Amino acid sequence: MTLIVNGEPREVAASTLAEALKALDYETATVATALNGEFVPKRARGVTPLKDGDRIEIVAPRQGG
Amino acid sequence: MAAAFTVYGATLRSRLMLGTSQYPSPAILAEAARASGAEILTVSLRRESARLKEGQDFWRLIRDIGARVLPNTAGCFSVKEAVTTAEMARELFNTPWVKLEVIGEADTLQPDVFGLVEAARILSDDGFEVFPYTTEDLVVAERLLEAGCKVLMPWGAPIGSGKGLNNVFGLRALRAHFPDTPLIVDAGVGLPSHAAAAMELGYDGVLLNTAVAKAGDPVAMARAFGQAIEAGRAAYLAGPMAPRDMAAPSTPVVGKAMLT
Repeated sequence: MTLIVNGEPREVAASTLAEALKALDYETATVATALNGEFVPKRARGVTPLKDGDRIEIVAPRQGG
Repeated sequence: MAAAFTVYGATLRSRLMLGTSQYPSPAILAEAARASGAEILTVSLRRESARLKEGQDFWRLIRDIGARVLPNTAGCFSVKEAVTTAEMARELFNTPWVKLEVIGEADTLQPDVFGLVEAARILSDDGFEVFPYTTEDLVVAERLLEAGCKVLMPWGAPIGSGKGLNNVFGLRALRAHFPDTPLIVDAGVGLPSHAAAAMELGYDGVLLNTAVAKAGDPVAMARAFGQAIEAGRAAYLAGPMAPRDMAAPSTPVVGKAMLT
C-alpha cells in the first residue's frame, strides 16, 4: 500500500496508523499524527485503519518563535 | 523586582517570553534561555524524519531547560490547519496552551484576524488556553476576548523585522481599553529599548525570538532583554512624567545670582 508520509510516497505494509508508525521506525519517538488533515490522538492510532493513498503527517517538537 | 503576573492560572515572575528558533547552536539556545530568565519558551511542531529524529533531541533540550512551553501554530494560513496543529501540539507537549497564529499575508506575516477569531473560538470551546497573535485592533481584541481568550498578544511590528513598536498610539489605546487583560507584545521587537518601551506602556510582557537568536552574542542579548523588561516594568509602576512640547527648567529659577 502506498501512503504519503510527510509529503513523500512510501510503500508501507500496515493496516492501522499504529502499525504504520512501527513499520516506519517511529515507534519509540515522541510524535503527533494526522491522517488526511485530521488529528489522530495517540490512543486512537491502533484503531485507525489506513487505505491506499492516505496522507499521514508525523510531527515532533521543533524550534519556534 | 516587579511583582509576578498571572496568565491562565500560571504565576510568572519573568515578563519575557523567548522563542527557541534560529540560535547558532542548541547549547547557545539553552544558555540564552537561562540568561534571559524567561519562564515561557515558544516551540513549534514540524515534520519528523524517521532517520534523523531531530525533534527528539530538541525536546530533550527544552525539557532540560525546565521552562513552560508555549507551542505555536506558526505558518498556518487557514483555521483548519491552525486547529489541527493546536490539537497535535496539545498531545505532544501535554499543555492546553497554544500561541495561535493564523497568518493572512506572506510578506508581512500579519494575522488573518477573521480566521484568528474563528480558530480562537473553536479552540477555547475545546478547552485550549489560547494566546492569540493579533494586531492592535481594538475590535478584533474584543472579539478574541468574547471567543474565550484571556490574554492578547498584539504585534509590535512584522515577525522578524526588528522594527520595534510600529503603532505606539494603537498599543497605548489597547492598554487603556483593556486594563485588566494580560497584554503581551509579540513580534517585531529588535532591541531591548523596544521591549522596555512596551513595558513602559503598561504591557504585561514581551515575546521575542530573532532579536536574541540573531544577536552577535545571543546570551548577552538575552540578559540585556531581561534587564530592559524589568526596567521598563519598574518605570511603568513608578509613573512616568507627562511629556511636554517646550522646555521647563529643572533647576530652580528663583534664587539664581544676578551676574550681568
